[in-house]
This record gives sequence, structure tokens and C-alpha cells, in this order.
Amino acid sequence: MVDGIRPENLKEALDILSKQECVVMAGGTDLMVQRARGFALAPDFGKPLLFIEHLNELKKIYVEGNDIHIGACAILTDIMENEVVPSIFKDMIGQMASPPTRNMATIAGNICNASPAGDTLPYLYAVDAKVKLESMDSTRVLKVSEFILSPKKTCLRSDELLTDIIIPNKEFGLNYYRKVGQRKGMSLTKISLLGMADVSDGRILDTRITLGSVAAGIVRSQEAEKYMIGKSVDEIKHTIETIVEKYESLIRPIDDARSTAIYRKKTSLRLIKDFLEKIV
Amino acid sequence: MKIEFTLNNEKCTMNVDASKRLLDLLRDDLGMSSVKEGCGEGECGACVVLVDGRAMNSCMLPAGSIIGKSVITLESFKHTDRYKAIERGFLKAGSVQCGFCTPGFIISTESLLNQNPNPTDEEIKEGLSGNLCRCTGYNMIIKGVRFAMEIGSGLW
Repeated sequence: MVDGIRPENLKEALDILSKQECVVMAGGTDLMVQRARGFALAPDFGKPLLFIEHLNELKKIYVEGNDIHIGACAILTDIMENEVVPSIFKDMIGQMASPPTRNMATIAGNICNASPAGDTLPYLYAVDAKVKLESMDSTRVLKVSEFILSPKKTCLRSDELLTDIIIPNKEFGLNYYRKVGQRKGMSLTKISLLGMADVSDGRILDTRITLGSVAAGIVRSQEAEKYMIGKSVDEIKHTIETIVEKYESLIRPIDDARSTAIYRKKTSLRLIKDFLEKIV
Repeated sequence: MKIEFTLNNEKCTMNVDASKRLLDLLRDDLGMSSVKEGCGEGECGACVVLVDGRAMNSCMLPAGSIIGKSVITLESFKHTDRYKAIERGFLKAGSVQCGFCTPGFIISTESLLNQNPNPTDEEIKEGLSGNLCRCTGYNMIIKGVRFAMEIGSGLW
């Protein structure tokens, strides 16, 4: 029989994790499907489950200083409906899964699942979002891009819990997000592109471009972004091909059930171009 | 794991695998056969139930997560005025053919109208985007929701 533990609060959860290995269960929308054994059989996890979804202290969404904090167990629906969350991030979340799934799935689950197709990740990478990892005797704050090591792998220790997601409280002037899927609702991402930019007096003050599902991790080129920042819109216009080329070697997609490598590569380069054309 | 929750407004206490899917718990242990298994991975919405008033996919919900919560299925929802308005709306529009997806669509309709009593067609589509129907196509179902809104005006 699969055992379950339901702590009363975060401290108790951390105490349990310090003493035994558990599978941490929040929304369940990834884990329950990955470990499914079919009709009428309880999914097998091989370890006790630690339920944390009910802990209200992990659901808070608030602004503090220059940061927005999103609790690990905040469900996607609550993030979409919260006024302090940047609108482009809400739009992206609104394109994930479906209402019943968004009523269950948590943001930390999407991060810890560490899939290159995780739809919150392009935003979290673009703004250098951080995660807070707590255990009984340590607290670490890491960038999401450092926390995720490779597909399905993070540096979370078995005695740690991801408790908080920290994003800068900032909206970009120009926001562009395209998710390419098989259909509009309820689809997993073949390719996604997030582009954001601040343009003032015809000059690029800041820009971020990230792509999902087209390599082993989220693609972001600091080099290309640095190249663009400070340039005038006119200069960008004449160097679009040069900028797109900087992404060429970073986009290394695979063939899988959802799409082909060739389609992913061609389309993502076109999406970058489309975003650049929107800036100029 | 010992779990306590409310099913259709009645208290339930059980000893089950912590990872048991709410879907199996409802169908096999508690006889709630309105809850269907279609895909078993959260894509089709045939297993959608209300948990604390919100639509959720019971095929992905582990038993340990429903402790202290209120679960509503069609078995009790069918006695409400809101259900009757949805039923009449669906009948009028011909929203039901084989019926397998219908309980899920009804629960999603309730969840949608509960949050937004006057959705546009676009909002109805979005609200029902987690439910698949392979018989009628979706136009009749969207129309059914529109009729339900008129028939049940003031209920949501």
C-alpha cells in the first residue's frame, strides 16, 4: 500500500523530509500520469507521498520590494487571476492545459518537472526568476536556470522543498508569445517563443528572447540580447539576419511524438524573425 | 492512508492507497458511475468532478489530496436547479449523442457559469476546452450552454 503523509505546516513537512525520503505531491498533474498503471491500479511511487498542496503558506502571491513572490503551491488558475502577476506571464499560463488541469497544477510542479516543454519556463528564464529551496537547516536561492540541470533533472536535494518563486516586478513595453501546438486548447508545446523588449526613442533599452521545446533546455542567448541592447530600431532592422543566426546553433530540437526536428528548427527561426520585425 | 472528505454532501472516511486516483475511488469503491475514464491523463475531461466548487480531473487527483475537501459528482448535482437548467439547455440544443462525455461537460459548464454567469461564446469555448466530445462536435454543446444560461437565468 502506498503510504501518505499530510503535514500540518511547512515546518512539519521539512522535518519529515529531513528524516525520510518521500515523493513530494502537489497538484499531481504530472506525477500521477507519469506513474500511472492503468485502470483501478494506484500509481506506484516506491516511497511514501508527502502531500503539500493544502499548505496555505505555500500559496501566497505578493509583492515585496522589487520582487513578486509566487508560492510554490499556487495553482495556475490563481496566478492567472492575480493582479500583481505580469500580464504576459498570465497570458502564457492561460494557454497551458485546460481549466480543470489549471485548477490543480502548481507552478513549482511545472518547474520541478524540468521538461524543456514546461510552459512557465520561457518566462522564468527570460526574467532570471529565482527559486527558494528550504530544508530544516538550510535555505538556498538559485536562478531557475541553475536549478534545472537537464531534462527531468534538478538540483533539489531529497531533504529540500521548493517553497517560493521570485520574479522581478517589471512589465516590458513590448510582449510577444507564440505557442505552437497541435491545437489551441489542451496541447503540449512543439515550439514556444517568448520575446519581450523595452523600446524608447527608437532605441532598444532591454530585450529578452527565450524558446521552449527546441533543445534540451530553454534557449536564451545572452550574446544576442547584448548585441541588440543599445542599438537603434533602424540598426536592428538591418541586422535581423545576423541576430537570427546567433540562435542557429543553440536551437537543437529532436524528433518526437509531437513534432519533427526540421519543423521545430525552421519555425523557431521564423518566430524569432517575426518578433524582431514586431520591434522594428 | 486514512482519508476523510465529503462526497455529495455526505461525510466519507476510508482507508486507501494514498496515490489511488480519485477516479477509481469514486467509481470502484463508492459507485459513482457518472464519473468516466476516457484518456486517464487529463486530456479528455470525462472524469471531471467539482472539488471545493472547482472543476478538476479526477484521474490525476491522488486520494491523499482530497482530505478535508468537498467532492461533488453528478449523482448529487443532478438534484439542483442549476443542473436542471443545464439538462434542459443540452436537450434543447441536441448537445448529447452517445453521452459518455456529457457528465464531464455538465460539471465544466457548472464550474464555468459559477465563475462567469454571462460568458461570451469565446469564453464558453475556453471554459470547456478541457472536455472532448467525439460525437456531436462542439457547436451544439456551446449552444446548449447558451440555452442553459437563458433557462437558468439568475441561478448563477
